[in-house]
Amino acid sequence: MTTTKREKSLIVIQLTGGNDYLNTVVPYEEGKYYDSRPAINIPQDKVIPVDGRYGFNPSMGPIKALWDEGKVAVINGIGYENPNRSHFRSMDIWHTAEPDAIGKEGWLGRAIRDLDPQSENVLTGINFGRGLPRALACPGVSVASVGDLDTYGLFPDVQDEELRRFTLEAFSRMYGGAAGRDPVMEFLGQTGQDALQGADILRTAPAMYSSTVEYAPDALSQNIKSISQVFHAGLGARVLYTQHGPQFDTHSGQLATHAKLWGELSGAVSCLMDDLKEHGTEDDASILVFSEFGRRIQDNGSGSDHGSAGVAFMIGGAVNGGMYGEYPSLAEAEQVEGDLRSNNDFRSVYTGILEDWLELDAVPIVNGQFEKFDIFTS
Amino acid sequence: MISNDTDLMAHLLRRAGFGANRNELEEYLAMGYDGAVETLLNPSDPRNMPDDLIRRYHVDQSELRDLPGSAAYWMYRMISTACPMEEKTALFWHGLFATGYAKLNQARSLLNQVEMFRRSGLGSFEDLLVELSKDPAMIVWLDNNENHGSAINENYGRELLELFSMGIGNYTEDDIKECARAFTGWTLGNAEYMAIRAAKDSIWPYGRIAWHFDYRDEDHDDGEKTFLGETGRFNGEDIIAIIVKQEATARFVASRLFQFFAADEITEAGEKIIEEMMATYFSSGYQIRDMLRTLFHSEYFQSEEARFARVKSPVEMVVGAVRMAGNYQNPYLGIEGVSNTMFYMGQGLLRPPTVEGWHEGAEWIDSGALVERVNFVAKELSDVSSPGVRSIIDRLEAGGDQGVLQPSDLADGCLDLLGPIQVSDETRSVLVEYASRLGDLDLNGHQPGDQAEQRVGAMLRLVAATREYQLA
Repeated sequence: MTTTKREKSLIVIQLTGGNDYLNTVVPYEEGKYYDSRPAINIPQDKVIPVDGRYGFNPSMGPIKALWDEGKVAVINGIGYENPNRSHFRSMDIWHTAEPDAIGKEGWLGRAIRDLDPQSENVLTGINFGRGLPRALACPGVSVASVGDLDTYGLFPDVQDEELRRFTLEAFSRMYGGAAGRDPVMEFLGQTGQDALQGADILRTAPAMYSSTVEYAPDALSQNIKSISQVFHAGLGARVLYTQHGPQFDTHSGQLATHAKLWGELSGAVSCLMDDLKEHGTEDDASILVFSEFGRRIQDNGSGSDHGSAGVAFMIGGAVNGGMYGEYPSLAEAEQVEGDLRSNNDFRSVYTGILEDWLELDAVPIVNGQFEKFDIFTS
Repeated sequence: MISNDTDLMAHLLRRAGFGANRNELEEYLAMGYDGAVETLLNPSDPRNMPDDLIRRYHVDQSELRDLPGSAAYWMYRMISTACPMEEKTALFWHGLFATGYAKLNQARSLLNQVEMFRRSGLGSFEDLLVELSKDPAMIVWLDNNENHGSAINENYGRELLELFSMGIGNYTEDDIKECARAFTGWTLGNAEYMAIRAAKDSIWPYGRIAWHFDYRDEDHDDGEKTFLGETGRFNGEDIIAIIVKQEATARFVASRLFQFFAADEITEAGEKIIEEMMATYFSSGYQIRDMLRTLFHSEYFQSEEARFARVKSPVEMVVGAVRMAGNYQNPYLGIEGVSNTMFYMGQGLLRPPTVEGWHEGAEWIDSGALVERVNFVAKELSDVSSPGVRSIIDRLEAGGDQGVLQPSDLADGCLDLLGPIQVSDETRSVLVEYASRLGDLDLNGHQPGDQAEQRVGAMLRLVAATREYQLA
């Protein structure tokens, strides 16, 4: 089942709610930053400097350590023209790579279709969390959505092990039987068996994995641990997706919430990188971290409102660490309605990932040609 | 035989409602089939959960500002209404005239649109299209506030013809432009400001404000227009009057009603009914209620062919199971978790993915969605503390031989009381074998949650997990 040469996988962490760019990568040399944010600034002496002008949020210590190893690419000023400040719409835009019309297919759903055109592996794409993000949705593409790897499957609420086994057996027989002439019943039967099969394979993942890394108990860390388990089980998973939030929507009480979220995220990513190193797979997985938008420059007294340009990260052993793109100016003349103006189209990052990492043709997936950064070591 | 009547009534209520428990079925059976059809088609007092009660528990359902609370609010209505056809009709139009929260950032206007569907959804299609064209949520959703006499925006004009009435191939690009011209000036009160607020997702300074329709004569293009071969200085109402006269419109409306209320696939027999519904459309002056009456009284609808001929939508799946179990008849703080389940299954209320609405039928099913569907209904219907399940247990006891049920009685009884559901011989034999594991079931002296009741719960769980239960 395992292949000798492991194929490259993409791990995506979606920051839901609109991550505040300015307090993630802090322009601590700029007076305008402190003037605009009397209530929620990060004091200069608390910032973790990275390049003399910009520094990380104090809760990002573990990310800084990875930065020092050259494994963190910071993609500045990311977004799209005519920013939309609705969470849902903007997330849809990121998911479908379609800023103007309403897109129908997710960019990663398309990527999964191209990675596995014959749908040979029901586990090519996996979401860790409930419901399917639109990024992964594409007609004819089967993507497993795993709420909890330990109880994933049918009838998770049945506590009695024996009863659950009998029930699953009965389910398997009911869905396995010939359906007769009805194509819908046939399809339901096939899908039911796929679901059982996916669950059976996924259930083996934790047993096939051992590691000295101890993930924290928070939800994100546990999802990242599940990602590591499935990735290392050699099941052929190429796109593994999860989300963190939605508390990134920090309209109030921002400093504490944002620090907690980034503390969890930094810890989880750092654990995953240790885990990959321990398994000798550091160069086989790359992590994309993104959010639907950044937040307003001016604070609102205890938080910040929806903004536009944001920051994305690409993290991994095969990543050329460093700053990419320009940090947008805070000067009033450069702003777009009180927000940072994006100068990097998010589809250029997608293009880089698709072409240089997953080795796919990006144009039909992102609907166009976009210049890309050289983020990956060849 | 009375059971045949019961099967037919259950079928009607799965289509004109969200299914029915045995008590409800008996009430409808007492009206007779024709009486039941009339009762369903003429909604009176819905006796749904009252707003003042809801607001006592859910602050977010008072302002109806955000998506999750507003979706749950509509779901409460579906769960607790005594007029299920009213909600089913609103759901039908919500899927057809699909308007979504994503662009609006405005749940109250969206719920106002749903209320409009309740009010006008069974009346004249002409009136409905006029109301739709004046609906503020629709105006913003399809940019008609950007459709000006000096510069048209075709978005609404195009979708009105393509997705809401005739369907592609029945008009030209010029017709679209002329249609758009006729709807110039149909906008919102304070449109520019409201559009900025929506794009900025701003709740300041007054919270979310429900929009209202405004007709701006000075922004309306009053010139001559030629639309579908007719020429005149048409306004929006005139365009709609021309649209509803078209045979393509009659076919479109009849087919969509048929697929939602009768069967996913249109067979030859179904095609005949669609033609009958089209005839009713014209003879009744475009009345939706009359078209549905034609459908429900047709031999086809009442035949075996139409039974279980639809894949349940996620909303039908969730609301149907909750109503059957008798749950959430009072506010429950975790209610958003329940309505979110529909979204996980692929159908979030108030958030259709695009203006095309949801892809229905077998497209509801993929492995992730199927796991969610089975797990939700299996859990809901196996909980022996739920009032609806308790009532099933009592009926099983009464139907047994002095409270004792053989395995086949248990399986058949559960199939009957959750539907009646028709299953294949193979499915039934698995169910009976499963019931046989612990021999005969003695329900005498059963106590809440005891082992005898748990056996019923386990049986109901498996029945809810059948392939057949996925169908309506």
